[in-house]
Amino acid sequence: MKDYEKNGVLSLEDLRLPSKKQLEKGVAILECVQEIPCNPCVDSCPVNAISMKDINAVPVNDFDRCIGCGKCVGLCPGLAIFVVKIKDGKASIMLPYEFLPVPIVGEKVHVLDRNGKACGNGLVKRVVKIGKTMVVTVEVDEKLAMDVRNIRV
Amino acid sequence: MRVDGVPNVRTCIVPLREGINVYIQDKLADLPDAKFVGKPKKKIETDVFVVGAGPAGMCAAIESAEHGARVLIVDENQCVGGQLIKQTHKFFGSKQENAGTRGVVIAKELEQKLRELEKRGKVKIMTDSTVIGYYEGDKRHRFGVVERLSDYSSILYEVECNSVIVACGAMENMLLFPGNDLPSVYGAGAVQTLMNVYGVKPGNKVVMVGAGNVGLIVSYQLLQAGIDVDRVVEAAPVIGGYNVHAAKLCRCGVPIQTSHSIKEVYGKDGVEGAVVVGLDEKWQPIPGSEEKVECDTICLAVGLTPAIRLLSQIGVETEFVPEAGGYVALHDDSMQTTVKGVYVAGDSSGIEEASTAMIEGKIAGLSAAIMLGHKSKENKKLLEQYCEELKKLRAGPFGEKPRAAKKKIASFMEKKR
Repeated sequence: MKDYEKNGVLSLEDLRLPSKKQLEKGVAILECVQEIPCNPCVDSCPVNAISMKDINAVPVNDFDRCIGCGKCVGLCPGLAIFVVKIKDGKASIMLPYEFLPVPIVGEKVHVLDRNGKACGNGLVKRVVKIGKTMVVTVEVDEKLAMDVRNIRV
Repeated sequence: MRVDGVPNVRTCIVPLREGINVYIQDKLADLPDAKFVGKPKKKIETDVFVVGAGPAGMCAAIESAEHGARVLIVDENQCVGGQLIKQTHKFFGSKQENAGTRGVVIAKELEQKLRELEKRGKVKIMTDSTVIGYYEGDKRHRFGVVERLSDYSSILYEVECNSVIVACGAMENMLLFPGNDLPSVYGAGAVQTLMNVYGVKPGNKVVMVGAGNVGLIVSYQLLQAGIDVDRVVEAAPVIGGYNVHAAKLCRCGVPIQTSHSIKEVYGKDGVEGAVVVGLDEKWQPIPGSEEKVECDTICLAVGLTPAIRLLSQIGVETEFVPEAGGYVALHDDSMQTTVKGVYVAGDSSGIEEASTAMIEGKIAGLSAAIMLGHKSKENKKLLEQYCEELKKLRAGPFGEKPRAAKKKIASFMEKKR
């Protein structure tokens, strides 16, 4: 039995992760590991990077093809997709955010890991609505690239 | 409760108005006087009668009407939409099933379709109306329906139809523990109604019981409403709902404790806290693992039971199918029960979720229209297409339970033949 089946928290071992080079370009990380009947991410991708064998399969992102646009971040019904880009020692993380108040660009926020534990501060770089979901891009230290998955405004 | 002198009013579902008098009714009411029942009975004749305007019922009504049937759809709530109107999360599935759209938006889209059909005289929609029973009819099916009016009085309708589609959903399960009768011990559906329909904050600090999709989703919605969720406890050793829902909660800092349950809830006039206990692999409480958790609300998301009372009264064959959530009406692939012209769809036919309920509704609606004589090659093909969609949605590991349920139902059907 995997830990996430017991406590809900995914670990990096559960995920397919991009290479350093792919991260420098900025790619979508699909934190969707179970076979559930759902495929909007496939339809949302403008470059056909995300594929699925059938509607119940786990989606796979072709990191080389992915352009990190973040459309899938806003359209994933499970809020399970994050675009991570690393540049000059900083990581920018694009995440779906369904709470009020919506942060504003330039705001400093607490950043949280997959356990909801605060693990530092981040700077809000971009706030957009994709589909009907707010998508926030937050900049953090490069070290936190694979940990930060939520913010507290 | 007694409202403006009218007894037996379910104040939990009846709108409040300025200046009304609401009294606790501490004894049985007198049989209402002539003024209350004095309105003459009305009669409605229709081809297809849909009971329940949730996802399954609405889809059934639309499908039947679009294929030539005259449809009457009733719901006991003030508005149509069923559970959809409180589902603020985005739906899964594929494009055909409105994937990525929030439930509340799907409800609006379906209502709009129904209203358009109503304008064209194909559908009649009755809200605030409860089906009170099935009655002797000659050749056609006959039901009694009570419509509640704004002055808290009601009108009795006699509904005669060729086909009926029963889509009245399910009831929330209760859990046995000391203190489960304290105020602020809620079902998850009730909490969702308070928050998302009425805009009422149910409490300040909640312990959620059950980590299926309902428990996980409602916990997240509680957080969105600004309410603290202390934890989610789940008696099973694994989380039953989707990991994506669990992960959303976890990254907000809400712990999910599997192999844990609630031992008791304490408080004087309401919930003041709960005792959470760890369970061993035989689901038995582990002595010494008790933990006191201060909270003011307990939310139970421990499964649902199909609502089949009307179907039982009609006389359809039912069987106990644990994977379907309890007793269910036996039905075939066209959603027809063992009584001709009586169909079932959605949670009433076995507990599942809204995407499959909508397709089942379409299947039942189309089948009913076909039975009425709207037979064609296209309709047959469409029916096959819906059945295929349903099969696809149930194909994954999370479809195991409904697959097993439907298989058992089919084999029971086989035996009855």
